[in-house]
Amino acid sequence: MTLPALGWQGLVVLVVFGVSLLIATYSTYAERVIAAFLQDRVGPDRAGPFGLLQPLADAVKLFTKEEFFPAGANRALFVFGPCLAMTTALMSSAVIPFGNVLQFGETAIHLQGIEINVGMLYVFGMVSLGVYGIMIGGWASNNKFSLLGAIRAASQNISYELAMGLALIAVLMISGTLSLREITFQQSSAAPFVWQDIFNWNVMKQPLGFVIFIVCAFAETNRTPFDLPECETELIGGYHTEYSSMKMGLYLFAEYINVFVASAVMSVIYFGGFNFPFQYDLRDWLVSAQGLELVTASNIITILGLVGLFGKIFGFIFFFMWVRWTLPRFRYDQLMRLGWTILIPLAIFNIMLTGGLITFGVIK
Amino acid sequence: MSPLFLFLCFVALLSALGVVLAKNPVHSVLFLILTFFTLSGHYLLLNAQFLAAVNIIVYAGAIMVLFLFVIMFLNLNEDTEPHKPALAKFAAAIAGGSLLLILVAAMRDIQPVGYDPANFNSQIGMVDKLGMVLFKEYALPFELASVLLLAAMVGSVMLGKRETGERNF
Repeated sequence: MTLPALGWQGLVVLVVFGVSLLIATYSTYAERVIAAFLQDRVGPDRAGPFGLLQPLADAVKLFTKEEFFPAGANRALFVFGPCLAMTTALMSSAVIPFGNVLQFGETAIHLQGIEINVGMLYVFGMVSLGVYGIMIGGWASNNKFSLLGAIRAASQNISYELAMGLALIAVLMISGTLSLREITFQQSSAAPFVWQDIFNWNVMKQPLGFVIFIVCAFAETNRTPFDLPECETELIGGYHTEYSSMKMGLYLFAEYINVFVASAVMSVIYFGGFNFPFQYDLRDWLVSAQGLELVTASNIITILGLVGLFGKIFGFIFFFMWVRWTLPRFRYDQLMRLGWTILIPLAIFNIMLTGGLITFGVIK
Repeated sequence: MSPLFLFLCFVALLSALGVVLAKNPVHSVLFLILTFFTLSGHYLLLNAQFLAAVNIIVYAGAIMVLFLFVIMFLNLNEDTEPHKPALAKFAAAIAGGSLLLILVAAMRDIQPVGYDPANFNSQIGMVDKLGMVLFKEYALPFELASVLLLAAMVGSVMLGKRETGERNF
């Protein structure tokens, strides 16, 4: 790879980083607006037009609050916990293909931080590391409620990782590759669009796998109805009981980044990524009827695909928030029973079903 | 030797020493996780991306979480640390020292064999190639390993089962 191309790719990495942070910031605003909408309230509307400056006001508040260290806390690990939670959350967005190629003369910019051929495993690995931030923070606080929250987070994440991995194996059986970019390309439709091409999206081939995956995504990101690690009614604040100031903010931020990444992964793996119906027909029309060059037309399609992918991602983020303000929290034994005795057998059944359907040539 | 390799070796040795020397067991576990990360880095340098990712998922992501889980429950600290008799310490030092001696003696005469660029397949660590090798050339050992894992799983379920009359909480 020549140096200028590497430079552009580095810029993409920085943009992905910045966009993750921006979306996490405005997720806090969206959460309040959606909560207000679902509860028939007004919501934040004081800071700036429509309350759009509310995240900024929150940031100023969090930064200027007192930094508090509880007595007997392990100071190094107490600081290390939120940093780790934030780092692991930000690392997973690196391999997500946000768009196809933008071609400017000689330089081709892939709208993806980095393409590795085990992208799916990379995301899965980063998700499984996310629990360390919570565990270390909860243990270092020297508070029994924090410790209970940390322990809950650990056992919950391990339990739901299994079902999540099994759901992904069924996708893997269809796609035959672990590369997220390859999986996206396999879900694209042919040049003259036919309605059967809508079945290229993996959600059509894996409806059960998708349901399992989305339930596990809720558990892995510690969102309601599975937010047992920070269950206020039993554990005060769970793992972040003792945290204040921006260290608390980092934990909240990491959760929203995880929601963003989970939404992006679901959009890419199950909902066609940056593909949208009629994309190649639109490109051919731009070339033949509008007289554009093929490169320009492809770039326009790439940008439209990027917008489309973000539309899907925002849809999933809205779904996360919608569920949060609709469903009550599970009890801990219900959570464990759902994970071990319902989701894992269902996921194994899904793998066998997929194997059977592939053998008899129903899906390929 | 690339600078990256040397750096990874440095961190790996340092964190491995940290595992043994750290007073706090939680710090020990965290150092062990760091060691697994450097090992994954070595796998990446050897062009084995799949092994690197699986090492992170299985060891760092699952097994060490359980380690940390158990150690947090045990609440080990210096007050509750059991003091071992001097004889046990002496025996441990002898055993460890002789293991080191054997390792050094075994490694001393090794001739490092470089790879042959003519028939070296740089894609051998990729997941599809690895799958082909595992299921075609090493199918029997692979299946035997899976039977072993299954036996361990059945055994742990048996041990974890509630016996009749045990309190249900």
